Amino acid sequence: MRDLKRQLLTGPYLLWMAGFILLPVVMILYYAFTTTSGHFTLLNITSITASIHMKALLLSLKLALLCTGICLILAYPLAMILTKMKVRRQGFIVFIFILPMWMNFMLRILAWRMLLSNNGVINTLLNTLHLPALDVLNTPFAVVFCMVYDFLPFMILPIYNAMARIQPDIIEAARDLGAGSITIFFKIIVPLTMSGVISGITMVFVPALTSFAISDLLGGGKVLLIGNVIEQAFMQEYNWNLGSGLSLVLMVFVIASMALMSSKGDEGGAGVW
Amino acid sequence: MVKKSAERIYLTIIFLFLYLPIAVLIILSFNDSKTKVQWGGFTLKWYKNLFSDSTIMAAFGTTIFISLASALFATLLGTLAALGIDAMKKRNQTIMIGATNIPLLNADIVTGISMMLLFVRFTRLGMNTVLIAHITFNIPYVILNVLPRLKQSSRTTYEAALDLGATPFYAFVKIIWPQIRPGVLSGFLMAMTMSLDDFSVTYFTKGAGINTLSTMIYTEMRKGIRPEMYALSTILFLLALVLLLFMNFGPSARKMNKGELSP
Repeated sequence: MRDLKRQLLTGPYLLWMAGFILLPVVMILYYAFTTTSGHFTLLNITSITASIHMKALLLSLKLALLCTGICLILAYPLAMILTKMKVRRQGFIVFIFILPMWMNFMLRILAWRMLLSNNGVINTLLNTLHLPALDVLNTPFAVVFCMVYDFLPFMILPIYNAMARIQPDIIEAARDLGAGSITIFFKIIVPLTMSGVISGITMVFVPALTSFAISDLLGGGKVLLIGNVIEQAFMQEYNWNLGSGLSLVLMVFVIASMALMSSKGDEGGAGVW
Repeated sequence: MVKKSAERIYLTIIFLFLYLPIAVLIILSFNDSKTKVQWGGFTLKWYKNLFSDSTIMAAFGTTIFISLASALFATLLGTLAALGIDAMKKRNQTIMIGATNIPLLNADIVTGISMMLLFVRFTRLGMNTVLIAHITFNIPYVILNVLPRLKQSSRTTYEAALDLGATPFYAFVKIIWPQIRPGVLSGFLMAMTMSLDDFSVTYFTKGAGINTLSTMIYTEMRKGIRPEMYALSTILFLLALVLLLFMNFGPSARKMNKGELSP
């Protein structure tokens, strides 16, 4: 009886979520499957195959994969080095590598724009050294660079957490039984950190796939990602039906990539013991 | 020994990659020069301009209000929800936690757009719509911070208090609350930082004339960068530093494991 009463405390939350998570998704579905005059249509969804939309989606996937890959390659060794540090200093050093994550997202973009612009810091430096100027602003390269900068801490943190949980005894036992460093790495460290790697990948891939601000500000309108197409459909063309249709496609991509990741995660986790 | 110095070098490179942009922003905020990157002497005039610029100050005020108000409200709703979820059967708990995770993993742009579509149907976009949107994406962070604390708290002490004649409310205040307080506090702080950092959801749910710092910097950057923005960056970086130091090494010192929120 008492428990039942306590369960009622979830009520306000459920109502809130029904109103502001579920209902909005219903709205997207409604707009995605109707024309401006309210008739049923599939055109908003199928317009993803239009060449300009398809190109944007493929470019987004390519850049997001590239960004996730670079983050993983940079973060994994870093997490290993951090875990090996003396415990007393570890807390502070991890703090240092996580801090940029908490700085305003826009300011991090601002910083890179200032560094990369044609008369920016990097080019001024190159100029004084009589080296040729770098012309990367407004290219996909600048966008990936900034994405890596923005999302790297999201990769470092989960991998570090997973690595810190590995018992040193396990590694010692393996060494006593004659395993070399390479065997230990592939048979113990990699499988045991797989869950961290998986959540790192999702936390980097999804925002990289769906972001529109970075490509807008560092791509100078020349790098069109799927996020930019959707944003423009809503804010410039006022074509909400098309925008909703494309959002729905994007949502399916996000859900699919997450489902893929979590199934991979289970295999990785179960294969250990 | 070679391995050790290779590790040092690697750490240093990543450290520079992360902090060089921030350091340059801070240096430029004291730079008395119109051409962006030449050093023209030390000045505080960008800070002075910053504090007398009504647009920036209004955006600053809005940001603080939205993040505090949304975090407070989300903490209230989220803590209540966590208490309820904790009382549920195992199977229902799993379902609830799964449902709580979904908005965390959805793309910001879709969350923002879907709420905008709902809001414009019933009301005008403005400060309230931004506030509702922020509360919505903040609640899961609170629940996921409070729930583990509830799981650790001892149930028998609470039941003993009830058997000895305490009212449920009194028993809650005296026994459960002290045990979950650190979780509630870190949920609140996390919700606040998420709200401070948000751009996409605010961008789609705000009305004309209302700006948080994120959306204001976005608009400014499309026009070109003013040196006042560097001064603003410096101040915000210091704020983030203080807030994070407080969270990590302050009274509720408990590691913020954002990575553990996703499955």
